[in-house]
Amino acid sequence: MSGLSRGSIAIVGAAESELGQVAPGTSPVDLMAQATFRALADCGLGLADVDGVFTAASQLRMPTLSLCDYLGLRPRYQDGTGIGGSSFMSHVAHAMAAIEHGLCEVALIAYGSTQRSVSRAAASPREYNPYETPYRPFLPASAYALAASRHMHEFGTTREQLAEVAVAARQWALLNPVAWEKAPLSIQQVLEARMVSYPLSVRDCCLVTDGGGAVILTSAARARDLKRPPAYVLGVGECLSHASISGMPDLTTTGAAVSGAQAYAMAGLAAQDVDAALLYDAFTINTILFLEDLGFCPKGEGGRFVAGGAIAPGGRLAVNTAGGGLSYCHPGMYGLLLLIEAARQLRGECGARQVANCEVAIAHGNGGVLSSQVTVLLGSEAAL
Amino acid sequence: MQDLKTDSPNGVYVAHCRNGELAYQYDSATGKAVFYPRVIAPGSGTDTLEWRVSAGLGTVYATTVVHTRGADPHNVALIDLDEGFRMMSRVEQADPMAVRIGQRVRVRMHPENGEQPPYPVFVPAEAGA
Repeated sequence: MSGLSRGSIAIVGAAESELGQVAPGTSPVDLMAQATFRALADCGLGLADVDGVFTAASQLRMPTLSLCDYLGLRPRYQDGTGIGGSSFMSHVAHAMAAIEHGLCEVALIAYGSTQRSVSRAAASPREYNPYETPYRPFLPASAYALAASRHMHEFGTTREQLAEVAVAARQWALLNPVAWEKAPLSIQQVLEARMVSYPLSVRDCCLVTDGGGAVILTSAARARDLKRPPAYVLGVGECLSHASISGMPDLTTTGAAVSGAQAYAMAGLAAQDVDAALLYDAFTINTILFLEDLGFCPKGEGGRFVAGGAIAPGGRLAVNTAGGGLSYCHPGMYGLLLLIEAARQLRGECGARQVANCEVAIAHGNGGVLSSQVTVLLGSEAAL
Repeated sequence: MQDLKTDSPNGVYVAHCRNGELAYQYDSATGKAVFYPRVIAPGSGTDTLEWRVSAGLGTVYATTVVHTRGADPHNVALIDLDEGFRMMSRVEQADPMAVRIGQRVRVRMHPENGEQPPYPVFVPAEAGA
């Protein structure tokens, strides 16, 4: 985004809360607070250092108020931007503006959800839409299925290629000790799984888990004095294109084409500079769309790009190395977990799933039904 | 501008549905159709959107088949109407998997049912109204 300075801030602390299935009675704010505690410990800062608070949540009407109350925070600056799963990438962009302008110095971004425990329907109730609800789409899956149908029609993308995305995510997840899924997955199993909204089977759809996370950001100058190697924010971009799927201008091109271009321009980077791509995979079609729109392959080639294990461990591009929303965890609004994985890859602390010499990572968030697209490019000291 | 104390965009739309008509709006500033119905036109900000009635012919733009536990699978589609607007609906034919992108379809009004007002659905164009 123009007006912001490449590398002015960095992610200095990053942590997940408990993931998967939490104990009965656990609240979304419990998970936000636990992740915050862990993220602060990760960088060696304390609650008293936090003067900017950024949150989004589907189960809390006013999540920033809830978290500040819980932790006794009285931030100088706060932002509750809520545009779905990409909210946290927006929070990074907005924290960058706030820190550059001296509105706050240490920004906390936090999220928590107990959607597995309380059911997805209870965690994310849908608004009644008189122009969609009578037709009984199973949202959000049916919206993504419509996009997939169009992609298959225009470009010859196949269900097998969609399944490749799920299989690659599963292979990465098997390298991540905290991933929800523990067993291998084959293309055939994806194709034969229970159909949800054709062409998407249940294995083309993200998990429904509990979980949360937190990241701490501060100025580049302060970041260098903290415990962990900083993950510098090199570029950010945002694009809001529609609310309902019937309002999406072209179902095969997302706002990621706009948000990605903004982020690359700010960073002075291109897709070929990216070592790890963390792309919001709520559904298998997402990964294909974002690989195209973020410049990793031409429009329409995403299905062929992912074929043959190309985005699995050992493939041509490391994509969703934690295992993705498809196999690692998906607590409703997943974007913050992508930022956490990006920071960890840049620090080189990912163990069996570590990308060699990872200097640039892209964390791309998606919200609603391909509605909000927000891109964050992060880099290690070597990428500055 | 629509007087929201006397009627709403959705109220006008539903009244047309009760007459068996698929209504949409037209923005004279851009020459473009607008759907869903609004008070203010997107982009141009026009506050004098004109109501029009569609001829009811369109083309399937995207399609899915929703599988719900304990019920038969049903179609959900995005339809591009010939007047230049897109809407969500369904194509009613024996096999929902046989609905094809590019297929020509014609509107039919699904009857009122309790609290659910009538709403437009589509059938294959060759099947007639």
